Amino acid sequence: MSPANPTVFIMGLRRSGKSSIRKVVFYDMQPLDTLYIESTSTTTSVQLESFTDITFQELPGQLNMFEPTPETDRLFQEVDALIYVIDAQDEYLHALANLQGILEYVAEHRPGLQVEVFIHKVDGLSDDFRLDTRRDIEQRVNDELIDADIENQVSLSFHLTSIFDHSIYEALSLVIQKLTPELPQLENMLNLLCQHSGIDKAFLFDVRSKMYLATDSSPVDIQTYEVCSDFIDVAVDLDNLYDSSGPEAGRPMLCTSILNNGVVLYLRQMIRGLSLVYLMRRESAQKLALVEYNTDLVAEGLEKLYAAKRKSRIPAAS
Amino acid sequence: MTATSSRRKLLLMGRSGSGKSSMRSIIFSNYSAYDTRRLGATMDVEHSNLRFLGNMTLNLWDCAGQDAFMETYFTTQKDHIFRMVEVLIHVFDVESEEISKDVETFALCLRQLSDYSPNAKIFVLIHKIDLVQPGKREEVYSSMMQALRETSKVYGFPIQGYATSIWDESLYKAWSSIVCELIPNMNAFESHLQHFAKISEAQEAILFEKTTFLVISHASYKTADMDPKRFEKISNIIKTYKQSCSKMRSQFQSLQLRGPGCTIIIENLTSNMFIMVILPRLEVQRKESHINAGDEDIVSLNIKAARKTFERLEMDKAR
Ligand SMILES: Nc1nc2c(ncn2[C@@H]2O[C@H](COP(=O)(O)OP(=O)(O)OP(=O)(O)O)[C@@H](O)[C@H]2O)c(=O)[nH]1
Ligand SMILES: Nc1nc2c(ncn2[C@@H]2O[C@H](COP(=O)(O)OP(=O)(O)O)[C@@H](O)[C@H]2O)c(=O)[nH]1
Ligand SMILES: [Mg+2]
Repeated sequence: MSPANPTVFIMGLRRSGKSSIRKVVFYDMQPLDTLYIESTSTTTSVQLESFTDITFQELPGQLNMFEPTPETDRLFQEVDALIYVIDAQDEYLHALANLQGILEYVAEHRPGLQVEVFIHKVDGLSDDFRLDTRRDIEQRVNDELIDADIENQVSLSFHLTSIFDHSIYEALSLVIQKLTPELPQLENMLNLLCQHSGIDKAFLFDVRSKMYLATDSSPVDIQTYEVCSDFIDVAVDLDNLYDSSGPEAGRPMLCTSILNNGVVLYLRQMIRGLSLVYLMRRESAQKLALVEYNTDLVAEGLEKLYAAKRKSRIPAAS
Repeated sequence: MTATSSRRKLLLMGRSGSGKSSMRSIIFSNYSAYDTRRLGATMDVEHSNLRFLGNMTLNLWDCAGQDAFMETYFTTQKDHIFRMVEVLIHVFDVESEEISKDVETFALCLRQLSDYSPNAKIFVLIHKIDLVQPGKREEVYSSMMQALRETSKVYGFPIQGYATSIWDESLYKAWSSIVCELIPNMNAFESHLQHFAKISEAQEAILFEKTTFLVISHASYKTADMDPKRFEKISNIIKTYKQSCSKMRSQFQSLQLRGPGCTIIIENLTSNMFIMVILPRLEVQRKESHINAGDEDIVSLNIKAARKTFERLEMDKAR
C-alpha cells in the first residue's frame, strides 16, 4: 500500500458528468447549476477529510480512445480505485470502447485494481429502462473482457447514479468503504450497537459530504438513507441558525425527531465531522438512556480506532 | 359578520409562466421546487379551498395568465372574479419581456378592485429573482416597486412587495405576511407567545401553521447577531424535512436538538400549530454532561400548559 492517502480517479468521456459529481458532492452545488460547468481540461483534485482521508482526482475527459502515456504509467502506480462515469442518456458505445481500453491497461499494469462503473444521469430514464441499460452495459463490458481474456485481472462493480437524488452519494459511499481498512471493526461496532439498543438501522455519516462510512449489516434501503441524510440537514441547518458558539464548545450535537408512525430518528456528533444516525422504533427510544450510553461507547471506540490509525501512519510518512 | 366570514378569497394574478401555480403548489401542496417543472399551464381559474389554522378557509383563485383568459377577467367575468376579494397577490416575472404590459394588467386589476372590493389588501411579488445576478437584485426590485407604487397610488391602494424565488426561502417570507394579514387576532397570539417565551426562559419562541409551516408569530428576547432571515429559513428547512418524511409514508411530529450552544424544541402546540422554542446556551454548570435532561422536559410541560390558551385563540379568530 502506498503511504500517502488513498487516491481515487474519476474518469470518463467529456460531458459524462465527472465535474458535476465532484461539485455536487464536495462543494454543495445545486444539481441544476451544473448545467453551467465548463469543461475541465486539467486534472483536478478534491480531498475528503474524514475517518480515512481520500483524494479524488478528476482526470480530463477523453474524446475517444484511451491512450496511455508515460504520465499515465506514473499516475496509475499510485491509484487505489477508479471510477468510470458513463452518460446513460447518451449513446454509450464510445464510452464502452474507452472503458475497454482502460480495463486492458489496468489488467496489464495494475491487475486487481478496483474499477467502479457509474452508469450516470439515470434520472432521465424510466425504472425499467434503467435496469435494461445496466444489464446491457454489464453484458457488453463482460463480453469484451472475456474476448480479451482479462476477466480475472480486473475487479468491476456497476452503480446506477444521478446527481438529482441520493444514488450518487450511496455509490460513492460504497467506494470509500472499500478504501477503509477498519471497515470490519466499524461495522462490528454498529452491529453490536443495533443489537443491544433496539436500533433498526445505524449509519456512520460524513456530515459534510453525506456519504456513509459504515452501516450495520441489515440491508440498506435507499429511502431510509435519504431520510437520515435529510435529517442531518435539518439538525445542522437549525443549529447554524442559532448557535454562535465555536466548535470548541462543550457538548457534541445531539438531535432526535419523532415521526407519527412511531419511528424515531437520532443523531449524535462524533469525531472528525462524523455523526452517527439511527432509526429506531419509539419503544426503543424509551430506553434512551441505554441508547446514549451505548452511543458513548461507540464514540470511544471510534476515537481509539482513529488514534491507532494515525499512529500506524506516522512512521510511514517520515 | 356572516357565518362565511372565515372563508377568505385570495386572487392570484400574473402573466402566464410567472410562477403562480408553482408557489401555490410549494406552499400548500408540499411540492418541492423541482416538482414544479411538471406543472402545465393553468386553464381558466383554478379554485382551491385550503384549510388554515383549523376553521379558516383560504379560497385561492389561481387565475391563468394566458391572454385569452385574462381578457375575460376584465369583461364578462369581472364581477365574478373581483367581488369579495380580501387579498390580491400579483406575481411579476422579473424576466418578463413585456413589463409595461404586466403593469397595465396590474392597473386593470386595481381598477376592478376599487369598484368591487375597495378594502382588498394588495401584495406584489417580484418573482424568479434567482434569475437576476445577486448584486443586481436590490436594484431590479426597487425599480419595479417604484413603478408599481406609482400605478397603485392612482387607485388609492397601498401595496406590499416582496422579491421571491421558489429556489430559496424568500417565498415563505412573502406568504407568511400574506396569511398573517388575514388573521384578525394576531395581537393576541403575539402577546400570549411573549408570555410563554418569558416563563420558559426562552431566547425565542415561534409559532408555525401546521401544514404550510408558515410563521404566524414570534417572540424574541435576544435578537442581536441573529440572522434576520431565520424565520423563513426555518419554514423552508422543516418543509423540506416534511417532504422527506412523507417519502417514508410518515409525518413529522417533533424534534429536539441539543447543539453545542443552544437547545431547540419543535412540538405540536394545537392540532393546527407547531411551536418552536429556542433556549440559550446554559453556561458552565451543566457543561460536563451533554444530557441536561430537565430543560426540555420543563419546556414540554409549558407547551402542554399553553395548549388550551392557544386553542381558544384559534377559535376566537373566526368570531
Ligand atoms: N427560475 C425560477 N423558475 C421558476 C420560479 N417559479 C416558477 N418557476 C418556473 O416557471 C415555470 C412556470 O410556472 P407556473 O407556476 O406553471 O406558472 P403560472 O404563473 O401558473 O402560469 P399560468 O398557469 O399559465 O398562468 C415552471 O417551470 C416553474 O418551475 C422561480 O422562482 N425561479
Ligand atoms: N440529467 C442529468 N444531467 C447530469 C447529471 N450529472 C451531470 N449532468 C449534466 O451533464 C453535463 C456535463 O457535466 P460535466 O460535469 O461538465 O461533465 P464532465 O465533462 O465529465 O466533467 C452538465 O450539463 C450536467 O448538468 C445527472 O445526474 N443527471
Ligand atoms: Mg398556472
